[in-house]
Amino acid sequence: MLEWLPFDPLQAARFSLILLRGAVMTVEITAGALVVAMALGLILAVIKTSRIAVARVLVDVYIEIFRDIPALTLLFILYFGFAYVGFKIQPAPAAIIGLGVIGGAILTEVFRSGFEALHHGQREAALSIGMTPMMAMRHIILPQAVRITLPPVGNYAIGLLKDTAIVSAIAAPEIMFWARNLVTSTFETTLVYLLAAMLYFCMSFPLAQVVNRLEEKRRSWQ
Amino acid sequence: MIEFFQPYIENWANWWPQLLVALRNTIALTASSYFLAVLLGIILALGRLSKIGVVRALCRGYIEFVRGIPALAILFLIYFGLVPLGLVVDSFTAAIVGLGMNQGGYMAEVFRGGIEALHKGQREAALAAGMTPYKTYRYIIMPQAIRIVLPPLLNMLIILLKDTSICSLISTPELMLRAKDLASMSFLPMHLYLLVGVIYFVIACPLSLGTRRVEARLRRGKRQASV
Amino acid sequence: MAEPLLRVEDLYKRFGDLEVLRGVSFALTQGRKLSVLGPSGSGKSTMLRCINYLEEPDKGHIYLEGQLVGEKLVNGHHVRMSSKELAPQRTEIGMVFQNFYLWPHLTARENVAIGPQRVRGMSKKDALALGEMMLEKVHMAHKRDEYPERLSGGQQQRVAIARSLSQEPKLMLFDEPTSALDPELIGEVLKVIHELADEGRTMVLVTHEVGFAKEVSDEVIFIDEGQIAVHGAPQDVLDNPANERLRSFLGKLLGG
Repeated sequence: MLEWLPFDPLQAARFSLILLRGAVMTVEITAGALVVAMALGLILAVIKTSRIAVARVLVDVYIEIFRDIPALTLLFILYFGFAYVGFKIQPAPAAIIGLGVIGGAILTEVFRSGFEALHHGQREAALSIGMTPMMAMRHIILPQAVRITLPPVGNYAIGLLKDTAIVSAIAAPEIMFWARNLVTSTFETTLVYLLAAMLYFCMSFPLAQVVNRLEEKRRSWQ
Repeated sequence: MIEFFQPYIENWANWWPQLLVALRNTIALTASSYFLAVLLGIILALGRLSKIGVVRALCRGYIEFVRGIPALAILFLIYFGLVPLGLVVDSFTAAIVGLGMNQGGYMAEVFRGGIEALHKGQREAALAAGMTPYKTYRYIIMPQAIRIVLPPLLNMLIILLKDTSICSLISTPELMLRAKDLASMSFLPMHLYLLVGVIYFVIACPLSLGTRRVEARLRRGKRQASV
Repeated sequence: MAEPLLRVEDLYKRFGDLEVLRGVSFALTQGRKLSVLGPSGSGKSTMLRCINYLEEPDKGHIYLEGQLVGEKLVNGHHVRMSSKELAPQRTEIGMVFQNFYLWPHLTARENVAIGPQRVRGMSKKDALALGEMMLEKVHMAHKRDEYPERLSGGQQQRVAIARSLSQEPKLMLFDEPTSALDPELIGEVLKVIHELADEGRTMVLVTHEVGFAKEVSDEVIFIDEGQIAVHGAPQDVLDNPANERLRSFLGKLLGG
């Protein structure tokens, strides 16, 4: 009935199930790296508001270094390089650390400009009606900071999801890794890689729409 | 601590010429895919603004698809995925086409913003009587469009440079692949990958700082633009 | 004589090299309105912000109903209060800013209600009801569910006034409330301030609107270079000032 299709639908279904196994790892690595990146980004953004010039410069150096080297290089250093010096890191943790550290460099800027977008006047208005600094942070500053930084963080997360494809090169069993395995055993390169691509697309496209909607709402705050 | 640098001294004569060749390939790869991406971006942007619905839809579909999948997936599809269909491409071509197609999708959105700024500017120009069309274009419309398009254009160069490293996974003879080969021959992965990291940094850093300066200059100009 | 509601005693404040306040003192009885005029940089905003301790004076003290504001006496020494101690004091002093500073993520009513709810512990229902009442007072009740970005400058400022009123303060401070407004929107805000004045509220009003200051105030202060140059009744200070600097300042304001 479906012979007109250029591929075997049963085979495609089987492949998809295998790739889905990889998708779980993809999501795990993305989530892990996202947490690391957000934590680093927030901490470094706060440090960048410090009055100590050395601290600010160090943060800038960190950002510049990790924005100017390819993720793959960093992953190879973490996985192959450290194993050589006797400190073996497993593929998934190496992926989370590597991608997270680079993400931290990106998100620091996002959080920093998020803080600055909030005018100090709003904080003063909060204090002047009797809020303590902590209450002002909780009810006024933080809710807005989250709203302002959510779209860029969302966009970063989507890019991160796609970037996890390269961790297949350090043997982390995510989508691309399983795809390559399948190809090695079945030689169905076209079908397998197309399915893998579709899988990524199905994960990233809906997220992108959500972020777009958030961005439109956010534009109204400005 | 100094023993760390020993292997560099020992192997430099062997490594450096090879890395240099690979670096040349990396730069060639970056430049070629950049050129392709810009070209593709302009075409797609115009396609998205086309009056023909099918053209618009196709361009939109391409852009959404290419932005929704990893660059690696595109590379694999071109290098491996076309073989059963009878199309065998060499790694270099696959790399250029793959990266170009990927970034072209992103550039399309940027150029679309620039073109729309041009359209908007034309409307404003019609209202701003007293200026010759040439002057209006030169001092009002073009600067607006450039302000929108230039920073992403510059950023993309750096992104492409870093993306060339991924092409090592389809055996393109660029820097990362050479580092991998040398590492397996010499059993010195840490040294080689660190060295390669430094090389990428040395090239990307000035580009990055330069881009930031241009961005800052453009933003300052915005305040002065209200003549 | 009854203790004045507000007593400002010998304020000094410097920012870096610049000494902005050089010994400012005055007292304000309850129910009276004080207008503060002066050239930019004269220190009038700084003085206002010292009253609710948004700025900490280098020297001098503020008393609200005889109580020290922002400081407490510990073994006879003046010690700065912690933020937790200062916060409740600030509910007694309402401040309206030049740039309104409404919170964009809250509707007009929520902007007004959040103080009573979160700071004074009112229930959400009661706080929102109070919020609506305050918005009615400033003639903004019809926009209660709008977000600030959809309100004009004059409307935002009126909501800001309602917001500071909702804490039921004893003293209202206005920091150039109309300076950031388009001319045609100034009137509606001045009208609200006038109505508040007529209610008998105690106010300190920093403004450039000389005509309004004359209408609404019981006393006028002219601050120049960090010191009070003139302090008197509106007619005496504004109609034909003896002070040379004040005369040229008024000339610039009114002449344009």
